Amino acid sequence: MTSWLSRLNLKKMKKYKTLYLMLIPGVIYLLINNYGPMFGVIIAFKDVNFAKGIMASDWVGLKNFEYLFKTTDAYIITRNTILYNLVFIVLNLVVALGLAILLNELKNKFLTRFYQSAILLPYLMSSVIIGYLVYSLLSMETGLINNTILPFLGREGVMWYNDPKYWPYILTLVKIWSTAGYLCIVYFAAVVGIDQEYYEAATLDGANKIQQIMKITIPLITPVIIIMTLLQIGRIFYSDFGLFYQVPLDSGVLMPTTNVIDTYVYRALLKNGDIGMSSAAGLYQSIVGFIIILISNYVVKKINPDNSLF
Amino acid sequence: MKPNKVEQWIINSIFIVISLLCLIPFIILIASSMTSENSIIQNGYSLIPGEFSLESYKYLFQEPAMMIRAYGISIFVTLIGTLVSLIIMTMLAYPISRRDMPLRNGISFFIFFTMLFNGGLVPTYLMYTNIFGIKNSLFALLIPGLLVSAFFVILIRTFFTMNIPNEVIESAYMDGAGEFRIFARIVLPLSTPVLGAVGLFQLINYWNDWFNGLIYITDNKLYSIQVLLNTILLNAQYLLSNVNFVDDMGPAEEIPNNGLKMAIAVIGVIPILITYPFFQRYFAKGLTVGAVKG
Repeated sequence: MTSWLSRLNLKKMKKYKTLYLMLIPGVIYLLINNYGPMFGVIIAFKDVNFAKGIMASDWVGLKNFEYLFKTTDAYIITRNTILYNLVFIVLNLVVALGLAILLNELKNKFLTRFYQSAILLPYLMSSVIIGYLVYSLLSMETGLINNTILPFLGREGVMWYNDPKYWPYILTLVKIWSTAGYLCIVYFAAVVGIDQEYYEAATLDGANKIQQIMKITIPLITPVIIIMTLLQIGRIFYSDFGLFYQVPLDSGVLMPTTNVIDTYVYRALLKNGDIGMSSAAGLYQSIVGFIIILISNYVVKKINPDNSLF
Repeated sequence: MKPNKVEQWIINSIFIVISLLCLIPFIILIASSMTSENSIIQNGYSLIPGEFSLESYKYLFQEPAMMIRAYGISIFVTLIGTLVSLIIMTMLAYPISRRDMPLRNGISFFIFFTMLFNGGLVPTYLMYTNIFGIKNSLFALLIPGLLVSAFFVILIRTFFTMNIPNEVIESAYMDGAGEFRIFARIVLPLSTPVLGAVGLFQLINYWNDWFNGLIYITDNKLYSIQVLLNTILLNAQYLLSNVNFVDDMGPAEEIPNNGLKMAIAVIGVIPILITYPFFQRYFAKGLTVGAVKG
């Protein structure tokens, strides 16, 4: 203890006392908002009884987890969370990268800026607004698709909000619509940063556009692609709550294809008041999520230490 | 035409289609809010109003209290939240940007660890409601969002370390300026780009936040605009049962429910649509800074 203290060099610390004081609000905030709940995860091992108080409730070991993993829900929410995220990551990458490369080929700077603004706009929308936009298209009585597009094609209206089988496609389209623009802007910034000399040299050597893209553009922005993708993989056990809750209008019928871990935890806690199940599912997410983040950060660090979190 | 020109035409056409796909949903929303209820019931929502009518907005402004209140709460929470959040984050970021400060690494780890592990919704909710009692108070809309992600702190810290030379700080120190004075008078004014970017993100986060309202607010007097929109979308009866349109405008069946929904959504989204052209450049720039420099 004393050696630890002397290593700290109290005299030197005194010089920085204002800096330490500045840290106080943020540190207190993090202790409450972040570290408090981290220790709070112990409720997953308790049978919470509000009459006794949370801390005095009985320990039940792994009972809550046993119940959780006996249900088919545990499998469905894990499967949905991971599969959706994998599809989102791959399709977002393909769409965003493709658009970024095309955008870079445009000569007209004014139009380039206009397109950038248009494709980035959806990224600014709250999922509530996205819920309204999707509803205006898919509403079964008044939606544009059932009233205009399907009749035009000579088809009957579809009960979109009553059938889970459509939702993997709908949610994927909505996700790409709302986030590919953001990734496109990031990749576009990387593409613009490539030194023009590479392309001039390639043109002199007779390389065509496709060859230049495959041999220069993509290899040179690969570090950015890898980092962006690994950041998303690090969060593969978490979902965009609004997308899965708001866009399907919180519909019970659609749950087989729209329930993910985040929506399950929310519903178990606030709709069913089942603290055991929800805290078990929440801790399951926190722990697996933590392991995945550590692994992906380790990989990021191997590739480019500057981009790793720690 | 030269092949180069053809190529430009093709790429432009692709982007026109994609831009339209991004914008059309908003046009449908706005057009539908200006369509008569009869026309919506007959032909559905569409890109061009079948029968132009502002009846939805008339209903809305007949009883403006609900919207004004929600707007006021959103504006208040957004401004105060962003301001407090910027203060807390820069005051965390600055000390850990000083390479010579003892305990710097420990404190940095304390901050960054929150990005790796979190307790999740259940303990957070129980703590805030049972210990701090923020349920049904404005604190519920303000506090949980103050430090959405330690990532912003890293962003600011990185900016400080890369753009504020140590010599500047040292010489101010030699001149007898205190640490806080150096921070407020020298460091912050030099850091407007990163503060602007993070501030913009926080403005958008607060304005768009509905999740905290969903879990902590049940009293409809405290609904922010997003929470109000969320409730109206998920609960078809809300408008009919909670707003006194009936008294002035005739029986409940005549309320233009379908159009009204769209009109309310338009009012919720209009601040962003109007200001977007002005801030989009900074927004795009901020995004790329945040993404590439971790």
